[in-house]
Amino acid sequence: MKPRVVMDGKGIERALARIAHEILERNKGTEDLVILGIPTRGYHLAIRLQRKIEEIEGVRVPTGSVDATLYRDDIGLKETQPLKKMEIPISIDGKVVVMVDDVLYTGRTIRAAMNALMDFGRAFCIQLAVLVDRGHRELPIKADYVGKNIPTSRREGVKVHLEEVDGTNEVIVIQEDEDASP
Amino acid sequence: MRRLLLKGGRVLDPSRSVDGTYDVAVTGGRIASIRPATGEPPREEGWRVIDCTGLLVIPGLVDIHTHLREPGEEYKETIRTGAEAAAAGGFTTVLCMANTRPVNDNASVTRYIKKRAEEACGVKVLPVGALSVGLKGERLTEMGDLRDAGCVAVSDDGMPVVDGSLMRRALEYSRIFGLPVISHAEDPLLAGDGVMNEGAVSTRLGLKGIPRHAEEIMVARDIALAELTGGRLHIAHVSTRGSVELVRSAKKRGLDVTAEATPHHLALTDEMLLGYDTDCKMNPPLRTVEDRDALREGVKDGTIDTIATDHAPHSSIEKDVEFDDAACGVVGLETALGVVLSLVDDGVLTLDEAIRAMTVNPSRAVGIDAGTLEVGGAADIAIVDLEERWTVDPSLFRSRSRNTPFKGMEMKGRVMKTIVDGEVVYDREGKSS
Amino acid sequence: MLDRKDILGIEELGRDEIETILSTAASFKEVSTREIKKVPTLRGKTVINLFYEPSTRTRTSFEIAAKRMSADAINISVSASSIKKGETLKDTALNLEAMAPDCIVVRHGSAGTPRMLAGYLDCSVINAGDGAHEHPSQALLDIFTVKERLGRIEGLHVVIVGDIAHSRVARSNIHGFTKMGARVTVCGPPTMIPPGIESLGCSVTHEMEGAVEDADVIMMLRIQLERQTKALFPSIREYSRLYGLDAGKLKRAKEGVIILHPGPINRGVEISPEVADGPWSLILDQVTNGVAVRMALFYLLLGGARE
Repeated sequence: MKPRVVMDGKGIERALARIAHEILERNKGTEDLVILGIPTRGYHLAIRLQRKIEEIEGVRVPTGSVDATLYRDDIGLKETQPLKKMEIPISIDGKVVVMVDDVLYTGRTIRAAMNALMDFGRAFCIQLAVLVDRGHRELPIKADYVGKNIPTSRREGVKVHLEEVDGTNEVIVIQEDEDASP
Repeated sequence: MRRLLLKGGRVLDPSRSVDGTYDVAVTGGRIASIRPATGEPPREEGWRVIDCTGLLVIPGLVDIHTHLREPGEEYKETIRTGAEAAAAGGFTTVLCMANTRPVNDNASVTRYIKKRAEEACGVKVLPVGALSVGLKGERLTEMGDLRDAGCVAVSDDGMPVVDGSLMRRALEYSRIFGLPVISHAEDPLLAGDGVMNEGAVSTRLGLKGIPRHAEEIMVARDIALAELTGGRLHIAHVSTRGSVELVRSAKKRGLDVTAEATPHHLALTDEMLLGYDTDCKMNPPLRTVEDRDALREGVKDGTIDTIATDHAPHSSIEKDVEFDDAACGVVGLETALGVVLSLVDDGVLTLDEAIRAMTVNPSRAVGIDAGTLEVGGAADIAIVDLEERWTVDPSLFRSRSRNTPFKGMEMKGRVMKTIVDGEVVYDREGKSS
Repeated sequence: MLDRKDILGIEELGRDEIETILSTAASFKEVSTREIKKVPTLRGKTVINLFYEPSTRTRTSFEIAAKRMSADAINISVSASSIKKGETLKDTALNLEAMAPDCIVVRHGSAGTPRMLAGYLDCSVINAGDGAHEHPSQALLDIFTVKERLGRIEGLHVVIVGDIAHSRVARSNIHGFTKMGARVTVCGPPTMIPPGIESLGCSVTHEMEGAVEDADVIMMLRIQLERQTKALFPSIREYSRLYGLDAGKLKRAKEGVIILHPGPINRGVEISPEVADGPWSLILDQVTNGVAVRMALFYLLLGGARE
């Protein structure tokens, strides 16, 4: 089956702009705010959010990257995964940390990333921003900011393509193999 | 005793330059006749006929260098299992070295070995007496007594004779009895705690090397002493190009020096050690391609008289340990002919050169009556299939030990039957008499 | 990412594998800078440090690396004499296996022992130094340290000075640096240069001054003082004068040369105190990086599904 485009580049930008506004509104500005993306694409979305917030508020919010790989619960169940960028720009003690990822699915990556984050300090709170929420949660995790809810079946895959990594900006849904596991 | 007729085989006896299709008749344990093959069955009743069509009939092989471990290390080998291994390898006569526990340095040990050999499968086991008491390299053994008890040579093999004056005395004194002195040529201080050949491979592996000069210096010394004394010198397990050249020049000068090389030194090089296989650890160690090629050349031109196995059984207790700690030595009786015939198949040696080096030459080197097919002589015979391809499987060895570097290798040429004094002592088809 | 059960030597690693290890180590270096210097990645895994030779720094480095990965690290020190008699290496291996370790880090005075053990064991084996053969984690941390400081390995000239014949560090580094595109020269008295070392891809010199002049990296090896008795060198004084690295010899070196030493150093013998403590010396960086490299090795060997 042909991949179905569910968001184009403009759609992604509009969603991010809205999320930026929501973050500012909810936290009443940029004070104590830290944005941490989950690599690879979550990190680039974090950078984009940082830019949007700067456009709106004129403030450059500390932004970095939190790699969940070493905290995953499927280590030993699949191949060794390459490590990604871990860059916490300032101490997160007492800060409002907005974690950013491209797709929220089972919630396991977010759990791992939160555990990683806690090894770096005690944030005042952690919020979660995702471009796409496709459902099928396996842990009690909910996003605070969602670009778009896309109901999917487990047999489908959701891919976010970003200019910085993939050369294009779009979100697509693809039909995966019959027995593709979640 | 049974009467045997080996019918229609290719009979090859380098001792008498015989090579052709003959029927060999055996009666009373001796060769009764060797006649051009007739294709006719024997005229009288009571013959066991062995059809040797397409097979090679040669004098029983002679190995002048084995370690049969009995007495003292029967868990590695006994004279019985060693003799059975020899029979399976086509050998009808083997010499066993003196480094047993106790050392074969007196007549009572020699007699014990002879007695155990008589109880074995029939292969002739001839003891080599120690050169020095306890192999300590200090004082000569009672060589007269040893000879009278059955020793056919003297040697401290396993241990070099470090003291040049002792070697000199041995070469002089042994002349009374006509006993050859077999030299394990090695300077132990130069060899140091080396565990393999010194060179690029030992450097790569980080293993301590034994320089070839540790052997060559002693070969040179012993040749000089043979010249000085007129003694009968045989150099055991020559492994380097330099040693071959030393022996060649000694022979050119007319000295009565003989030398042997092992099948593993003729076939393998130190590259075999790249996986740290302790079954490739022996002394002298596997050397380089140049050394191997020089040994092959030496066999071809007669500088190396003899191919001898240096059959040295060890158990997993000695071999399944750190490389530095592993014992030196490999078993060879059951692979020797296969290895050598594979060299023939590869065009390295002619069949005549190969069989000569394993029959008549070793017999002459130590002055024993063996390695020939003579009418009226002992019917010690090996029947060989030159065409059979087989893979070395140590688990099938008759020997108690499995330490062979040839495991898993393919050979071409295999012993079918071994006959000692007219009795079939090994039969690959399992119909041992 | 690494398709192998064991790390037995640099010789058997490909350049891409070395690069994978180095980049993974770079990530792990960050972990050691955190307040909480521990990740849960290898929870429930057991690492046995099996040391047949005394070692403090290598064993400690492996132990810290294992613990920072949340693996359980157990140290077994075996004095070579106590095991002998009767027990074969296979027995040793099976006894260890019965304790269900995931990885055995082994140091042994006899070259090839880690390889032999690896053949018997289903778990991973890391060679922490075998005789004069290899010490792969040391070479990896050396390469990591040089790359971190100079930004590249390709095209560098690395000079290794000392007792090459008895050095597993030298062999692993010759393999490693040449695979990564550097040029390696070994330097020492002829008694300490093993035959055929050139076949590993390095060149040889006996003259220290010239070697130092042309070096981007100088690696000094620890001299075993007891080797004097084996006539490898007549006296420490003479060795130090000819092959010791001091400020005088270093003056002839290129601007920006860096100095490595696998440690522990003999101050005033192969390296003078002012050189060991000088700005060009990366000896302590090597120690820090050693932990990161060993964490990377544990992660790459133990962090995936086992077939």
